[in-house]
This record gives sequence, C-alpha cells and structure tokens, in this order.
Amino acid sequence: MGDPAGPDVRSDIAHLGRRLGFGLRPSELDALAPGGYEAAVEDLLAVSGPDAADANPAPAFSVPRVAGTSVEARQAAEADRRRQSVELVTWWLRRMVATSLPLVEKMVLLWHGHFATSIQKVREPLYMYDQNQILRSSGLGRFTDLTMAVAKDPAMLVWLDSNSNVKGHPNENFARELMELFTLGIGNYSEDDVKEAARCFTGWGLDRASDSFVFRPRQHDDGAKTLLGRTGDLSGEDAITLVTGLAASARFVVGRLWSHLAYPVATTDPVVDDLVGAYGHGDVAALVKAIALHPRFRSADARNGLVKQPIEWMIGSLRALGLPADTRAGADLRSLGQTPFEPPSVGGWPQNAYWLSTASALARLRSATRLAGLADLSALTSTAEADRPAAVARLLGVDAWSAATASALSDAAANPKALVALALVSAEYVVN
Amino acid sequence: VDDSLPPADPPADPPGEAPDQAAVPADAGPAVPPPAPGARSLSRRTVLVALAGSAAAAAGAGWVLLPDRRRASTASPDRGSGSATASLGGSSSAPLRPGEGIVVLLTLYGGNDGLNTVVPAGDPAYLQGRGALAYQAADVLPLGEGLGLNPSLTGLKALWDDHRLAVVRGVGYPNPNRSHFRSMDIWQSAVPDRPVITGWLGRWLDTQPHDPMRAIAVGGSVPLALVGATTSAAAVNVGPLTLPGGAPLAAAYSKLVAASASDSPLARLVATSGSDLVIVEHTLGQVLAATPEATAAGGTSLEVGQAATSSVAPASPTTTAKGAATKPAAANALAGQLDLVARAILGGATTRVYATSLGGFDTHANEKATQARQLALLDEALTSFLGRLGTDPRGAGVVVVVHSEFGRRVAANASGGTDHGTAGPVFVAGPSVRGGFYGAEPSLTDLDAGDLKFTTDFRSVYATVLAHVLGADPAAILGGRFAPLGFV
Repeated sequence: MGDPAGPDVRSDIAHLGRRLGFGLRPSELDALAPGGYEAAVEDLLAVSGPDAADANPAPAFSVPRVAGTSVEARQAAEADRRRQSVELVTWWLRRMVATSLPLVEKMVLLWHGHFATSIQKVREPLYMYDQNQILRSSGLGRFTDLTMAVAKDPAMLVWLDSNSNVKGHPNENFARELMELFTLGIGNYSEDDVKEAARCFTGWGLDRASDSFVFRPRQHDDGAKTLLGRTGDLSGEDAITLVTGLAASARFVVGRLWSHLAYPVATTDPVVDDLVGAYGHGDVAALVKAIALHPRFRSADARNGLVKQPIEWMIGSLRALGLPADTRAGADLRSLGQTPFEPPSVGGWPQNAYWLSTASALARLRSATRLAGLADLSALTSTAEADRPAAVARLLGVDAWSAATASALSDAAANPKALVALALVSAEYVVN
Repeated sequence: VDDSLPPADPPADPPGEAPDQAAVPADAGPAVPPPAPGARSLSRRTVLVALAGSAAAAAGAGWVLLPDRRRASTASPDRGSGSATASLGGSSSAPLRPGEGIVVLLTLYGGNDGLNTVVPAGDPAYLQGRGALAYQAADVLPLGEGLGLNPSLTGLKALWDDHRLAVVRGVGYPNPNRSHFRSMDIWQSAVPDRPVITGWLGRWLDTQPHDPMRAIAVGGSVPLALVGATTSAAAVNVGPLTLPGGAPLAAAYSKLVAASASDSPLARLVATSGSDLVIVEHTLGQVLAATPEATAAGGTSLEVGQAATSSVAPASPTTTAKGAATKPAAANALAGQLDLVARAILGGATTRVYATSLGGFDTHANEKATQARQLALLDEALTSFLGRLGTDPRGAGVVVVVHSEFGRRVAANASGGTDHGTAGPVFVAGPSVRGGFYGAEPSLTDLDAGDLKFTTDFRSVYATVLAHVLGADPAAILGGRFAPLGFV
C-alpha cells in the first residue's frame, strides 16, 4: 500500500466509511487518512462515546389511548398514530444524518432489515421506536442477546403473532421466521422443528397495559419438545439460546453481515470460514472488525459489490451536501421503495439489482434533482467549470469518474445543480 | 416429466448443496456464488448469471431484479438516446393485432388461504378443521360441486356466471416448500426442485427481441417471474412518468446512462435501467396520454411500495409523509396498478406481459376479517379492470392469472388463523377465457402432514398460458411437457 496516507489508503478508508457508515465527508476523510487504514477501522468501531445525534432528542412516542368506542375517538387515535409515524421516520433519518457514530446507525439499519418488522401491522410508533432503540443499544453486542431482546419486544410480538400463540394449536409464524430468516437459514431445520419451536413459544404475549412482554404460564405448552435434536420442556428462551448457539447460525450471521457490508455471498463461501472464528459465540463487534480487516473487504469484488440502498443513498447524500433530513426525505424514500419501518416483508429489503429497475432510476433522478436544488453549491459555483466534476467527486467521496461519466458530467458543468443531480445518480455513486 | 433446465437457463445449483429443501437460503446468500476471480474467463453471460443469482437469493421476497440486458440485434439503433422513439408502441415492436394475447400476472403475496377462497363449505372435514374460521354453505357464493366463493368475491361470481372465470383447483408442485420466499421463487421460476435465477415469463422474454416495453412490472421492482437470463421487464410505478428537470437534464441523463460496457456488472445495470427508463418514459408516456385518466378506486397518485408484504396490511391509512397524511389511504392499490395496465392496453401499448400484485395474505391470526378485506380488494380491482376493457378489441386477448405462493394448513390454529400450507386454487379470467372448473378438488382427508396434496401441476397453468396466450413453445421454457388445461 506504500504511503499510509497515499491515494490507495485514502480510497480504502473512503470505502470503509461507506460500508461501516454512510460515507465520509471530505474533512472526515482528511482527518482519518494520515493514520492509515487499521487506525480508521478502530476509529469507526469506537462507539462508546457520546453521539452528536443525541443533541436532537426523540419525540415522546406513546400508544394513543382510545376513550370510549366512538368513531371519532378511534379516528383521533389513528390521526395521532399517523402524526407519530411521520415524526418517527424523520427522527431516525435526522439521527442518521447527524450521527458522529455512523457504525451504530448503520448496524441499526442492517438489523432493521434483518429482523424486518413493519409498522403496517404493528401499528404503534412507540413499539417501532422501542425496537429501533434495541437495535441501537444491542446491535454490536452478542447476537443471542440481540435476538432475545428483539423477540420479546412488543413490535415483534405483534408482527409475528407471538402474542396469540397458545398451546394446543400453536401459531407457527414466529418460530418459522426465527429459524428461516433470523438465525439459521433455510435448509438448517425441518418442518417438525418449526412445529416444535412454535410449542416452545406458546404463552409469550404482550401486555397492552404496560406495553411490555408477559409470559402466560397457563397458555404455555410445558410438555417435552424435540428441537434440532434436543429434547426437554424447552421454553422460548431455551429455543433462542439453542438455535443461536448452533454452528449453522454462526455461518448464517457471518454470511449475512458480510453480504451487507462487503458483497453478497452464500453461507458456503470460503470467506465465511475465515470469519466464524472472530464471531465466536456471537460477538457482533468482533465480526464487524474482522470483516473490515479481511483482505477481500477491500477487493474489487467488494468495491463494485453493493448498490447503495435508498436509505444509504439518501443519508449519504444529505451528509455530503450538508442538508438536514426534512419530511420530504421520508416521502422520497417511499418513492424510492425503502420507507424506514416499512420493509416489504419479514424477509427485509432485497439487495443490489432490486434497486436498479427503471422505476428506481426515475425515483432516484427525481430525488437527486430535489436535493441538488436544496443544496448550497456556492463552493462549486466558484470553482472553474473544468474542475467541477472532480470537485463533486471529492464532495461525494467518489474516487474518480469513468471516462463516460466524466464526459457526461463535463457537459453539465456549467449548471452546478444539474451537475450534482447527475453525479448522485451516476453508477460511480450508486454502486460502491 | 422432463425437469431439465430450460435451454435458456444456465445451470444454477449452488455447489455442494442438495436440491430443493437445502436450497437457497432466503438470506443474503446467492443461489449462484459469483465466480471466483480468475477461476475462468468471464463471458458476459456468466457475469449476468452470477449477478442475477446473487440478486435472486438476496431478494428473498420473490422480488428480484434485472440481469443486464443484451441488446438484441433487432432493437432500434437509436436505443439509449431516447430521441427517436416516438412511434407509438415502442422502438422495435409492431402494434399488437386485435385480440393478440396479453398476460396479466396477479400475484397474491403472503400465502392466500385457498380453502377460504374457493370454499368446500359442504365438507364436514373442512368445517371440523376450520372451526370458527369456517364459512358455512349458506355464506358462500355457490359454484357447484360443493364449492363456493368467499363472500367477498361477488364480482368474480358474476364472471363465473358469465363463463369468463376459470377456477383451477389444487394447484401446486411436488415436495412443497412452506417458506414464503422459497415457495414464491418456485412459483415464479417454474422450477420446483432447485433454485434458478430466471422466471418463466422472463425466459419467454429471452426468446424475443429486446424491447423494454415488452413486459412491464407495475411497481418499484421486477418480480422473478419476469426476469430472464438476458433481458427482463421494465418496472413502472403508478404515478407521473416524466423525467424531472426538463429537456436539458433529460438529455444529459440520456448521455450519462449511455455509459460504456467496461464498468462492473452492477454499474452496467445502472446504465441499462436508465436507458430503458428513457425509452419507457417516452413510449409509455405517449400511450397513457392517449387514454383517459384513472377513474378506478386506486387513483393515479399511489406509489406501490408494499405490494410484497408478508404480513397483514391493516386497513388503516398508510403512514406517508407530510402531504399524504391527510389523504385517506383506503384506496385500493391493486386497482391503481390495474388501472395503469388498462390504460396501457387501451392506449395501444405493445406490451405482452404485465405483472401486478397484492400483499397482506399471511393470515396466521385473525384471518377471517383480514382475508375477506384483501379478497374484496382483489374482487373490486379485477372486475373493474375487466369491465374497463369491455369489448374493446385491444383487450380481447387479455388473460389474467391470479396465484399465491401456497395455500394454508387445513386445521386452523388457536389464533383464529392458519399456518403455511401447500396447494391452492388459481383464478384465470379474461374476455377469451373459457370459464369453469379445471383440475380436481384436493381431498380434505387424504392429507400430507396436515396439508393438501396437489392435484394440478402449476406448470400446466403456465404451459397453457405460454402456448395459447403468448404463442410460445412451453416445453422449451418449462423444461418439459405439461398437459395444457384448455381455459383459453
């Protein structure tokens, strides 16, 4: 790599900043580059300090209590939920823009797509907020603890029907998705395991008076269950501890994180073998660090291996352009197909080519035009036209434009807003 | 049955994994790991396959997307510029003949409960298994043979009485998979025993000259069904289609997305989707301008973003940002999608395949009201769509196919819902459809671990559509011969 502050290292750190955050501003990159790559990894992983985003405290979310049964009372409660929902989205977007601990918010986003839960069914902004806070406080801790906390949180209890899972005729919704999507992956459990796991979770519920988890012993099936080879009167907690402790779960989680931070792989990929040791018994922070330090993390496969999800694209653009997240940002994200707190299904948001349809291209261009129109581009305006494409590359953290992109951008250089809009939809910015 | 992969579809088994049950993880793992660098020289096709494979597996929800598109030699030479695509109906396709077949795929996400859709209300085993969730014989809309439609499906009942609704019973595939994502991928790929990265209609698209207007997915992304190995559908959201920023920005954008092919596969996809957008915006924009504005319940301002929801979508208004918050969201999103399709058809679009969808069918709890509401949305949207086509010759060849990824368990759970099951009914409707029952009703007593045994292979439905709507050779696309069903 040569000079620790040379162009290769600078490019590597910019890549690191995109993958473990939402991209580095030029000043942030300037500050990190002299220390070299490994120091930059340490810097991004140092998340114990205060977060600048705390300066913007969360609104007070609450479950609207309906007085009486009148249509008017219900409508008022529903209007309250809608207002809180908009506040919730804006609050998190602002937090991602303002954060000084970008890895924390990046992990919240990653886990939100992993334990994908939608307000469409959960309905209560408070529950979605509480889940979001769990992802923030536990997202770099032990995976078993994270899974347990998410499983027993009101949002998940409602989302996958644990709240109505009782003995006799158990509801399999949570048990199946726990193993298929959250911890093991398809092929690592049987249909009988789904049925047995569902029995383990009977009796779990949500106490609507306290908005918290409750265990109802009389609705719990306390008979012997056989789950993944282990037999006993297994509780829901036992089931989560069991499945997250399996070797298959380690491979699954490692593959999942690599796929979202580097490029998509199968759990059979050799890179997973390289990383399961660092993950150990579920240490997410150690895994993230090992991913960032893995040679293939900085390979060409990785550089060209991920399309920015709309939220990443939006937050990165707002940070680079010095814009706050307004409520239009939430509306733009709806058009772009990724509204926070509304994943399309329990499977979360797909990756990469999913975001490259003709419809995505149109929504992205519209949003880019809007953002460029809002931004203060006076620094760009005072730059010589010939130098403007390079200046925009630096602003957006792009190493360099391809010849074709550079040519198209040069044509637009006389109009800084058009120039920035085009840069925001360029392949170099969208794919990296 | 010869299950071998269709010729258009390269081998796609993940190495070292057993077929079917051990198939693709619905997580982030690709069906086809990207080729190791240097392992072999990457042909363009190999790159495309690897790319689409990672997308397919990562997609999970059955919403996948776009391999890069090979420029067909017959495509217009001015592709990408968008400047000379003014002829109505697209840059490379002749206008459709009156009555020429058009497929409208309508996918119900979440696993629609087939037994409470086409209801065996007279069967004691049904009443016993379903308990409080059962519909009584007096509740359903009778079709004969002991079956009746869900009470929400009044419009479909009228179509049935008019002999324009085909009900294909017991549709499924061998070794049913109860994962939403894997089972939907099976339905959309039409390859049940191993993961592949193309869809059945996408493989038909591969046989056609490239034209981004040929197939349109209504929504933000393209479902696997419409993804081919070398081409795939455009995605069009309901709502305005114009590029922002006026002519100068559009011209600069056209140049930007005409980028060189030397970039990475994903970078090339950015370019391809952009250049296709320029063509679709221009061509479809003209088509839609020729037809009246929407009058259906969905309106034109909906963005389709939650089509693939796996869980129950409540009737409560969606939580859109400022501006939309005051608007009641009781609108029927499917109606909005089908309104766009109707306008495109009546406006003379050359599109042969459309994809639409409705979510909210994953009814593990409190099923009865939820499913009734979702089926009412389907009923309203579908019947108003067919009514809009009326007797117009441009709509005479339209065939709508309605399916879900699986039905649900015969026995209800204690949450007032049902868990993931197997076979279910498929609806086929359209002006040229021969109504009536096709396939046998599955037994409610001869079960497989509590689930229905399928009686009709889903590929028979597809074979019928491919042969008699699209005029294609089904065997080449489905990798085997499946008895057609005669509904068209």
